Amino acid sequence: MSQSTATQPPGRKARPLSPHLSVYKPTITMTMSIVHRITGGALYFGTVLVVWWLIAAAIGPGYFDFVSWIFGSWIGRIVLFAYTWVLLHHLAGGIRHLIWDTGAGMEKHTASKIAWATVIASGLLTILVWAFALMSRGAM
Amino acid sequence: MRDMRTPMARVRGLGSAHEGTGHFWKQRVSAVAAIPLTLFFVGLVVALSGASYEQTRAVLGNPFVSLILGLTLYTVLYHMRIGMQVIIEDYIHAGWAKLSLLVLNTFFVIVLGACALYALILLALGA
Repeated sequence: MSQSTATQPPGRKARPLSPHLSVYKPTITMTMSIVHRITGGALYFGTVLVVWWLIAAAIGPGYFDFVSWIFGSWIGRIVLFAYTWVLLHHLAGGIRHLIWDTGAGMEKHTASKIAWATVIASGLLTILVWAFALMSRGAM
Repeated sequence: MRDMRTPMARVRGLGSAHEGTGHFWKQRVSAVAAIPLTLFFVGLVVALSGASYEQTRAVLGNPFVSLILGLTLYTVLYHMRIGMQVIIEDYIHAGWAKLSLLVLNTFFVIVLGACALYALILLALGA
């Protein structure tokens, strides 16, 4: 690990730092912790798509059709599919954190099970959401 | 061990970051609010999948949908602003870069919020 200026002031003798993340075998809880932050960061920019959609609807039929065409293209659908999973995963992970905030479910094996549950639930929900969306288009 | 804090610091209870648990609490409250609002939004988008322009306008112009969407965007923009603030504070330590990104974070969220509000008003008024 590089020595950050926050922990190693210049001119001081280099001191040993505590072991860093790379020395640990990844567990599902630590993986879901960083995934929660990454999905949160992705959603930050994903909100642009939501606002773009609202603006398109407000502007008029021509521009709305153009944006709908982009969202409906194969690359648009890949982005929206990923967006759906990222949103639902952050939602499930957020609920998990709220449960943990109460002090419940903190036992090691329970915590791991809840962490796995967010992966499975967000995956299943994403497929369900897309199944309903495609059915309502009459594409299935 | 003797408490090294002054009596005033103990009464304020703000800790070394001078904001106590305020940030933590705001993140949780906006998270709780975002749960039903996000579910509503996902349901709305699924329902509008493949809808025509006229149908979409009619639904987005509905007062109930309009208000809930406004609340959703307010909650989510607030939540993501304080979330991104923590990410910046955790990884960026250089003074100017950190300060600039924190200000940009605020501007980004306000601009998005203004665009969303404008669109929602146009949609609600059927303009």
